[in-house]
Amino acid sequence: MNETKDVATPEKKAVAEAKDQDRAIRPAVDIFEDDTGLTLHADMPGVSKDRLNLQIDNDSLSIDGEIDVPTPAGMEAVYVDVRYSRYQRSFSLSRELDTDNIEAVLHDGLLILRIPKRAEHKPRKIEIRTA
Amino acid sequence: MFGNLGNFDTGVLDEFRRMQRDLDQLFGATPFPSSIRAAARGTYPPINIGTNPDQVDVYLFAAGVNPERLDISIQQNLLTIAGERKLITEEGANYYRKERYDGEFRRVVTLPDDVDPDKVEATYSDGILHVRIQRRESAKPRQIEIK
Repeated sequence: MNETKDVATPEKKAVAEAKDQDRAIRPAVDIFEDDTGLTLHADMPGVSKDRLNLQIDNDSLSIDGEIDVPTPAGMEAVYVDVRYSRYQRSFSLSRELDTDNIEAVLHDGLLILRIPKRAEHKPRKIEIRTA
Repeated sequence: MFGNLGNFDTGVLDEFRRMQRDLDQLFGATPFPSSIRAAARGTYPPINIGTNPDQVDVYLFAAGVNPERLDISIQQNLLTIAGERKLITEEGANYYRKERYDGEFRRVVTLPDDVDPDKVEATYSDGILHVRIQRRESAKPRQIEIK
């Protein structure tokens, strides 16, 4: 009698869990540009170097990081601001950016990305000559 | 691992928080009482608190903070973490996004009554400040022998 219900429940739970795993924190970022390129600062506390994954696929940059914090055995959460253990955010890049020469530094949970502009796209001052 | 904190989330709770926030904005207050020291959702830096019978663990998610500028104090069962994050702003740069928190912060956490304020340890690594406070022996569950 209860058989169908028993089968359905764990499945539903599995779906819910899979959904939960997909959810991620959108890290706060600062992005600014100067003459030579773009700089991105992202807050990713809890992510160590080997848990950070940066990917450039065509014109899209994706930042992915997993929070890895050892917690004591039998710990019960009593207050939670950070509810997911993953950071995820992506940006589309424009063509003038030199994606082959992106530099990344991760220190104290702060990711700094430097995306240089291709040489031919650096702004040039155009002189105005008086005739 | 941190997964057990992540699992804490339920969709319903999420919905409820959103509703509470909406109400906050509409009426300026919610009909539901909250802790007098509770900070609004989204307050920087976010914290997670976990407990087990031996200790209370407080995790403060503060990336790129100089640990020397963090001030951690405990009075009875009240833990205060104050500090400052100074962002380096590039002069003359053209900013597209400025989402990261800049400036002073302060968070106060009410811990369980049985914590031992003399046994506190704090470490800062990968942008997380971890404060561990031991609980008093008397509060731990004990096995009672049957004679």
